[in-house]
Amino acid sequence: MMTNKEIIVGLEVHCQLNTKSKLFCGCSTDYRSDNPNTHVCPVCLGLPGAMPVLNKKAIEYTIRVAKALNCTVIKESEFSRKNYFYPDLDKAYQITQYDKPLAEKGELEIESDEGREKRVSITRVHVEEDPGRLVHMGNPERGRYSLVDYNRAGIPLIEIVTDPDMRSPKEARKFLNKLRATLEYLGVFDSEKEGSLRVDANISIKGSERVEVKNITSYKGVEKALTFEVTRQKNLLRRGLKVDRETRHFVEARGITQSARSKEQEHDYRYFPEPDLRPLHVQSWVDAIPLPELPDARRSRFMTQYACSINHARTLTGELRIANFYEKVVAPDPANLNSIAATWVADILIGELNYRNMSVDSIDAKSFTELLQLLKKGIITDKNGVELLRIMLDQQLNKQPCETPQAIVTRLNLAKTASDSNALSKIIYDVISENPKAVEDYKNGKNGALNFLVGQAMKKTRGRSDPGELNRMIVEKLKNREE
Amino acid sequence: MAENEITFEPDDRYNAFLTVCNRVSHGKGKLAGITVAVKDNISTKNIETTCASKILKGYVPPYDAHVVELIKKEGAAIVGKTNLDEFGMGTTTENSAFGPTLNPCDTTRVPGGSSGGSAAAIASGMVRMALGTDTGGSIRCPSAFCGIVGLKPTYGRVSRYGLIAYANSLEQIGPMARTVSDVSLLMQVIAGYDRRDSTSYNKPYTHTPKADIKGLKIGIPNEYFGEGVDPKVANVVKDALTQLEHLGATTVPCSIPSMEYALAAYYVICTSEASSNLARFDGVRYGPAADTKKSWHDSYQEVRRAGFGTEVRRRIMLGTFALSSGYYGKYYAKAQIARENVRKDFARIFSEVDVIVGPTMPTIAFKLGEKSDPLSMYLADILTVPVNLAGIPAISLPCGKVAGMPVGIQIMGKPFDDERVIDVAFAYEQAVK
Repeated sequence: MMTNKEIIVGLEVHCQLNTKSKLFCGCSTDYRSDNPNTHVCPVCLGLPGAMPVLNKKAIEYTIRVAKALNCTVIKESEFSRKNYFYPDLDKAYQITQYDKPLAEKGELEIESDEGREKRVSITRVHVEEDPGRLVHMGNPERGRYSLVDYNRAGIPLIEIVTDPDMRSPKEARKFLNKLRATLEYLGVFDSEKEGSLRVDANISIKGSERVEVKNITSYKGVEKALTFEVTRQKNLLRRGLKVDRETRHFVEARGITQSARSKEQEHDYRYFPEPDLRPLHVQSWVDAIPLPELPDARRSRFMTQYACSINHARTLTGELRIANFYEKVVAPDPANLNSIAATWVADILIGELNYRNMSVDSIDAKSFTELLQLLKKGIITDKNGVELLRIMLDQQLNKQPCETPQAIVTRLNLAKTASDSNALSKIIYDVISENPKAVEDYKNGKNGALNFLVGQAMKKTRGRSDPGELNRMIVEKLKNREE
Repeated sequence: MAENEITFEPDDRYNAFLTVCNRVSHGKGKLAGITVAVKDNISTKNIETTCASKILKGYVPPYDAHVVELIKKEGAAIVGKTNLDEFGMGTTTENSAFGPTLNPCDTTRVPGGSSGGSAAAIASGMVRMALGTDTGGSIRCPSAFCGIVGLKPTYGRVSRYGLIAYANSLEQIGPMARTVSDVSLLMQVIAGYDRRDSTSYNKPYTHTPKADIKGLKIGIPNEYFGEGVDPKVANVVKDALTQLEHLGATTVPCSIPSMEYALAAYYVICTSEASSNLARFDGVRYGPAADTKKSWHDSYQEVRRAGFGTEVRRRIMLGTFALSSGYYGKYYAKAQIARENVRKDFARIFSEVDVIVGPTMPTIAFKLGEKSDPLSMYLADILTVPVNLAGIPAISLPCGKVAGMPVGIQIMGKPFDDERVIDVAFAYEQAVK
């Protein structure tokens, strides 16, 4: 039986930098909601005679990343041309960095599968331009064709290459999550923009050939693609077959990898230094470029400042938007709200957001604070708190007018029923008289029967009562009846 | 007709122009109303720009090259686009998809290249000035062959933005005219920093030529007068050197040993860069459209095979080979070392002299069709390419005749010493006038 120790994974991660303009021209990078080929100029269209001018901001951003990853910024780096033909590549070469990348030799700390802290070595960080995009049209009967959109051409990308330090698909995913958080904290990357991340993964089983999996475009995809590859490669070895050294494409929709045509592997990119740009001497910029608080530091701070558990702190600081949201939510009354907010954001809100594919940005921190205060004051039960949250999220999602939590509580009469109220006594009386079988079972010592009765009572109060309270009252009532 | 409009209807019997603009309006400025021709590898907004290649037939740039903006701003009348060897690849202007240009001094001979159209337009009197480009001698060679003046500026002194690249690290746009003063005037307008060209320097040229060269030290490299150089041409240039001595200059012999490898290095570098620069011509965005019924790689092959001429295809193949993995170290990397050696040789000589002087071309203009073998054509560039490898300024101006054909003298200067090169040329020109 093979253990996970024998899996070897290294990643090449491409992220779009969120600069305002493209890497080599002044065109805006904010193209996603605009028509094709509207964010273009002679430079990013690769028109004859146009020349690249380096975006200083993109270099500053890359240095920020290099610094956060503890990389060494190289004294003299340079741009090279990577030559290949493809219709989305308007110059027929990509301006990238080859043998003189901007930075090299760094590391990023992640949590290993065993729960220990682990360092993944960073081989290099370099900057390059994104190609355009092909949109495939038509169908086999009427003839297929492709349209080219150069809005994306020239968007700055950084490529981060790791050493083969990860030992499982899960570790690879953790690395990516940590990297994403780091880049977002640095303010250089927005993971919510579609297509802002692309990953190539190298994976091998110790002692056999390495396979490169290309075309992974999501965080989940990395784990999926690698898990598929591990199974595929292990099965081959189990059958006494060899793993071929090859490039495979990840087919996200089917969760599988497919062998790329051998033709695609035979690229000779004929790299040579880009003669239209001068070599970069930016080592001296490093000290002047400040770093913000990074995920690890913020996690420690959450633990001391808000008394968060390590798990909550890790979850809350694992995404910049969530961490910011948490701090906004507790701000009005940190001493009272920090604990309940940690639970509700980390354990409930994130799940509800993921379920709806929503960003935390779409929820108002003030309303969420109000929700927590209703819970804290005992005005609503936890169960109705979740209900209330769902209503709030759905109103946002469906672009309906958003009510305040208090307004929803009033409208739907979600407030907790007072335990001494006549109404509650009536409900318990009804439940007991309507379910003689369960009452009988309870008397005969079946504890499940009590849960059933509590459930029935919860139903009648529409969740407005505390289940513990109901439990206590039913037990008392039954006891009284016996006496 | 408006006051600032001119009519241009030349009798272009030399096929100097690819595009003629018959009615041109112009503004005020240093070049007000002066007819200027622009080599057809320099982008001109709303005027077809073909690089003398079928693959760019019909391409009308949506923007002006930086130099075109500048000369327009100074009132120049851009009257047409001139013929060249396709993409600048040649020494004769015979490699044009639209037919060769003839030498106005003798129509059985080539005008030199690749800026042959610009040189012929000036030599025949059709225009007063022209813009050329010089990658390995493409301004100086036709200037020498047609008996005019042409300057290749220091690399980085004139913005290349809008010049359709052939070999980025070698080429410069430069002025061509009948007199040194006009070359200097056009240089005043086109030189200077342009933020769109990252290799451009902030070294404007504001100079007016001065004829005083007393005390000037001239280096005479023996390689420029040795094997492969027509002795009759060498003698004419030697007479010119005597003239410069009369004007107060002193001459010292020197040597550029790296010249042995200069030509090979030049052809490796220019073809390598060209193979990458010319890869974008695929029929997708401009030029004759690709057949969209075919798969993209098939249509690319078809467009490129049909669109490029023989010499262009040859250089693309050479450059692709030189950059291939396994050969890069043998060719491209070695060529860069040779280039560095050429630079060092010039720097060493320039620590002792002010300018270096020799013939521009080893011979007078060839007969049409004479250089049918590419290698013998490449060899004709031997005296011009070292300047491009070193990035230094050099001018060619007429200094006499052999067999009735003009001979050019080449004056090479230190980096950013274009002013001195102009002064030496001006002193000679004034003396022999």
